[in-house]
Amino acid sequence: MNRRQTEEVREPLFHLTRRMGISPVKAWGIRAAAFVLGMLACGLIAFLLIERLRENPGRIGAFYYAFIKGSFSTSYKFWKFLKNVAILLCISLALTPAFRMRFWNIGGEGQTLVSVLGAIAVDFYFGGRIPEWLLLILMFAAALVSGAVWGVIPALFRAKWGTNETLFTLMMNYVATYLVSFFLVVWVPNGSSSLPRQQHGRLPTIGNDYLLIILIVLVLTIGLYIYLYYTKHGYEISVVGESVRTAQYVGIKVNRVIIRTMILSGMLCGLAGYLIAAGLDQTVTTESVGGQGFTGIMVSWLGGFNPLTMILTAGLVQFLNQGASQISQDFDVSGALPNVITGIMLFFIIGCEFFVNYKIHFRGSKKHAEAAAEMGRGIGK
Amino acid sequence: MNVWLNFLIDSLAFGATFVYGSTGEILTEKAGHLNLGIPGIMCMGGAGGCLVLNMIGKSGLPGAVIVILGIMGALVMSMACGLLYSFLTVTLRVNQNVTGLALTTFGSGLMKVIMSKLKATVYLTGPKFFYRWPFADRQDSLHCLGILFFLAIAIAIAAGWVLMRTRVGLHLRAVGENPATADAVGINVTRYKYLTTCIGSGIAGLGGFYYIIDYMASQEAYLSIEAFGWLSIALVIFALWRPPVTIIGSFVFGVLFSCSSFITHFDWIRVTMANKPLLRMLPYVVTILVLIISSIRNKRENQPPASLGLNYFREDR
Repeated sequence: MNRRQTEEVREPLFHLTRRMGISPVKAWGIRAAAFVLGMLACGLIAFLLIERLRENPGRIGAFYYAFIKGSFSTSYKFWKFLKNVAILLCISLALTPAFRMRFWNIGGEGQTLVSVLGAIAVDFYFGGRIPEWLLLILMFAAALVSGAVWGVIPALFRAKWGTNETLFTLMMNYVATYLVSFFLVVWVPNGSSSLPRQQHGRLPTIGNDYLLIILIVLVLTIGLYIYLYYTKHGYEISVVGESVRTAQYVGIKVNRVIIRTMILSGMLCGLAGYLIAAGLDQTVTTESVGGQGFTGIMVSWLGGFNPLTMILTAGLVQFLNQGASQISQDFDVSGALPNVITGIMLFFIIGCEFFVNYKIHFRGSKKHAEAAAEMGRGIGK
Repeated sequence: MNVWLNFLIDSLAFGATFVYGSTGEILTEKAGHLNLGIPGIMCMGGAGGCLVLNMIGKSGLPGAVIVILGIMGALVMSMACGLLYSFLTVTLRVNQNVTGLALTTFGSGLMKVIMSKLKATVYLTGPKFFYRWPFADRQDSLHCLGILFFLAIAIAIAAGWVLMRTRVGLHLRAVGENPATADAVGINVTRYKYLTTCIGSGIAGLGGFYYIIDYMASQEAYLSIEAFGWLSIALVIFALWRPPVTIIGSFVFGVLFSCSSFITHFDWIRVTMANKPLLRMLPYVVTILVLIISSIRNKRENQPPASLGLNYFREDR
């Protein structure tokens, strides 16, 4: 008897079980709650960091309003918002096939940057010498090939020798960055290292400057959704992701799937790079991708590696980003504030997935006592 | 002093930033957690130390007290980040890459906001001489070899000893290789993961602080810490997960990184502007080569911890 009592004392405060299925309403309720809590935390941190807000606490309303203002107040801002979402979504989509087979490709930044470089290189050497349509096609090909090459190198080593792909792709980002600065020095002899906008090789526009890009990414999203969920390739990717051994057992050539998927992943990064190079910037800098390769990882993960859900998460991340930029403008604070706010919100949003996936049973709770009693009876028999 | 010797000592001092960063990251990785938040944590460490120095920099306290309080500030701030990371990845079991990247975004942003509010005349001008003891008055690069430099070497060697020669280190490696087995033999996996991540973050945070207050000792130093954080993660691979090797590795990285600006001192080496980015690329290329070679040779002791990047939930099979 004594022994049982000490055992009861030692029982932990709570224990966890994995949820088998959760109703969508409850899951989205948890996520909405996390969003609200995150927003409150942002307000708190902003209160500590922004002097103007401390002096005049009444402006907290203006603080929250700035989020909406950042993306939706004018039609220009709204189109810019849609364009940024499209580019971010395109990079996130590119990473998704690899993530679905648990290949942690964190080299989206480098793969995209190299494709921007490839496209601009073609533009730089051939622009004006060949017809515009041929130039655009050549730029497209160059972007896809350079993205695919950058993506497939780590995949080859992973398939052949099991080289850790996370660390490999991470390093490839920096090689890409310095490759860009190398070419900038070569191309711009005056030492300023900034390449002026190229006159040739610009994607045609429909409606306004951004509509074509947005439509391309929309088509890509639907196409990738079908590829991942309704084709044999997509199925093979999922099986490799679930268990390599199962895949081998049912006769899937795992190495081939890894290499094929990473070529696809790199090529989609190439498409993103092409859109940046030919559709927007017309030039290349080391900041052409601006960290979106890393943000894309979070977008993809938050969207549960589902292309359709990722439209929402990419929109959310971009909404926060533009809102926070608006805040730094309105309240006159350092330009790094968007990072702080995005960071805080991400902590809350990624943290809440735990409550979606796991259930907590507390020691004192009634349900738990019943469950324990049930178990005790079971053992007694 | 000879110009070559000056360059080598300068590289050694520069490398201490990476010694801190990668020793911290090695400890975390040995517990099975790939902490991509290290760049952000190093930023926050620097910000924390400078925040404290900004308050006491002109208070006239004895030098030793200022040194210790500054270090405490860096430790507290970076360990708080480590605690946040381990809460999210160990307790809430969130994907480690995603958490790390979010932490880096947050940390580097917050540091920039904080540092833009501090006064360099207070946190830097006076205190840097205390940190540069005993060579503070030298004019050559020896002046960078201050207290924090020697602390970096000591920490790297101590961490290597703990990992390879003590029972605690053995348990820690077991947790990183196979947490389920470690759990089965009665090692408290959660406690090990929390403690090593926090201690590792504290060590990494000192790296950012060292770079701002001692090595660069300039007002703009904080802007480049994030890049060096990523380089520290690269160095972990280069050092094959052995803390003492980071001392050599970071020296090599320091040489590779600063030779592009140093090499122009010599007339007999012809350096064009175009070569500079290629020289800067070298540390990363070398790291990739080390990663490839170690995976081809496939020696068990040179591999990443087996469960690196995977979260542990006891009830999973």
